[in-house]
Amino acid sequence: MSLDRREFLKLTGLFGLGIGVSGVNLLLRSRVDAREFVTPSGSLIAKRWAMVVDIRKFRTAEDYKRVIDACHSIHNVPDFGNKKDEVKWIWTEEFEHAFPGQQNRYLPEWVIEKPFLLLCNHCDHPPCVRVCPTKATFKRKDGIVMQDPHRCIGCRFCMAACPYGSRSFNWRDPRPFIKKRNPEYPTRQIGVVEKCTFCAERLAQGLEPACVEKSNGAIIFGDLADPNSEVRRVLSNHYTIRRKPELGTQPSVFYIIGGEENA
Amino acid sequence: MLEKALSGSRRYWTWIIILLILIGIGFINYLRQFKLGLGITGMSRDVSWGFYISQFTFLVGVAASAVMLVIPYYLHNYKKFSKIVILGEFLAVASVTMCLLFIFVDMGQPMRILNVILHPTPNSILFWDALVLNGYLFLNIVIGWATLHAEKKGIPPAPWVKPLIYISIPWAISIHTVTAFLYAGLPGRHFWLTAIMAARFLASAFASGPALLLIVALLVRKYTKFDPGREPIQAVGKIVTYAMITNVFFFLLEIFTAFYSNIPGHKHSFEYLFAGYEGYGKLVPLMWLSIILAIISLILLINPGTRKNEKTLVIAALAVFFSLWIDKGFGLVIGGFIPNPFETVTEYWPTLPETFITIGVWAIGFLILTILYKVVISVRESIGNLEAEH
Repeated sequence: MSLDRREFLKLTGLFGLGIGVSGVNLLLRSRVDAREFVTPSGSLIAKRWAMVVDIRKFRTAEDYKRVIDACHSIHNVPDFGNKKDEVKWIWTEEFEHAFPGQQNRYLPEWVIEKPFLLLCNHCDHPPCVRVCPTKATFKRKDGIVMQDPHRCIGCRFCMAACPYGSRSFNWRDPRPFIKKRNPEYPTRQIGVVEKCTFCAERLAQGLEPACVEKSNGAIIFGDLADPNSEVRRVLSNHYTIRRKPELGTQPSVFYIIGGEENA
Repeated sequence: MLEKALSGSRRYWTWIIILLILIGIGFINYLRQFKLGLGITGMSRDVSWGFYISQFTFLVGVAASAVMLVIPYYLHNYKKFSKIVILGEFLAVASVTMCLLFIFVDMGQPMRILNVILHPTPNSILFWDALVLNGYLFLNIVIGWATLHAEKKGIPPAPWVKPLIYISIPWAISIHTVTAFLYAGLPGRHFWLTAIMAARFLASAFASGPALLLIVALLVRKYTKFDPGREPIQAVGKIVTYAMITNVFFFLLEIFTAFYSNIPGHKHSFEYLFAGYEGYGKLVPLMWLSIILAIISLILLINPGTRKNEKTLVIAALAVFFSLWIDKGFGLVIGGFIPNPFETVTEYWPTLPETFITIGVWAIGFLILTILYKVVISVRESIGNLEAEH
């Protein structure tokens, strides 16, 4: 049997078409629809989670360390011991780095020197979610900004987009650098981003975020949409600031700086 | 026609083997990166995009510049470009391929890259960038191949090619506009948050791309029997001149806004790149080299005597290319990350494996370019159509 060029091309075309159709068919059939998320009973729920960090109540280095260690140990955050590969969910910066542009040299010395606790702001309009090409980073209905480490392709667009430097990337395999692994929480692999999730996994168990629990009342957590919640009460009684409010991201982490009682 | 790439002179094969060796070295280093993670690069939490993404950004420009030959030839009937327009299209093919490869090697989880298609996300500019880049690659392969095939047979290209050519013009603009939007829409990155970014990208693209084309065309003339002709080269030289002037003008506009407004965030990256910021200035010598090359190129290009002399024109083209390579293939992306959102500085410099991978991708691009150009030249040799129309 011999084919001329035209017949050969025809056959090749048909063959290709067949493969294409069966490929698409296979793809469609093999897709399993995810079950809709059901909030577990007994979990803490809110319309809009928010956090107030009362920086007045952080007095000693131990106060910060306790909070940071609690978060990082529960969530299997690795410690590479260098700045280049660093992964962090909650950490401290001085005022001028936490609130760049708002510092002036005549501020009280304690403001200039005081470490501020920083974490993901869980913005109302998160730029990281806007830029993610796979919806691996997403915003939940209750305002929590999270990421799916199994969908993340590691393009790091979210890191460029976040104006708060809240996102970390697993430049190296994080597992050997986890001091003591918590089997209750997943570890991550090379090449994906991660950050604070407002302890979504603890909220689902009816627990407050780890940092809140360990802060001895210095961090207040609650529903911004509920006028009777403690966060709302604190916010209406204190002057608070947020990081880079001019960008329109509407952070949901607020800071009480306080005044003369610290002087 | 592709079989024509399989026979060539000793020099041709030596060049191919050199490229294959570079690709091999790059590939071995990529395997290491694949296993150990992007930690083997110089990138960090603060400078989270580096050499790969900046090469990608630069090469999108080179790819888009094919339109600078397509517009005069197809829209203005400038016949002198008839012999070199395909060189532009195939340069675009090679460049877009490099762009896609640079994105690929930058991924933390490359095996999941098809998630971009599986979970299409129109609010992400990266989604659109993937679309327009692949579309542009497709357009240029089809257009280039179809017109060359017609030329081989001595007939005019099929009628369906024309619409594709017209589509490719706005498409070329789109690839660089969308690439600029990757940067220009991010809050809190002052260096990138500028409305002129896309325009600046296009200006630098239309200077660097044709400059590279000019260099390559002269190499082709030197080493093969194919002569693009003096006039097309001069015309490309003029295009480079106008585009480079526009590019420098746009850059000065940025400088004015940043420094006359005196807003710290807008000044910081410029300070870091050109003067050093809080004691950090790793890129300062490189950025000044870019400025010096830009000035040299403008002197040689604007002065008609040196522009019309091909020897000095080549020097000008080289100066344009390397000036813009430093500016966009290095400073623009890195500078946007410094200082970081906390206004502190983490510096960046590519590591050795990162450099080898980068060279490997460039070598793949040049391999594609060589093969495609070889086919073009062999086809023209076989039909005895090597002289430019005079």
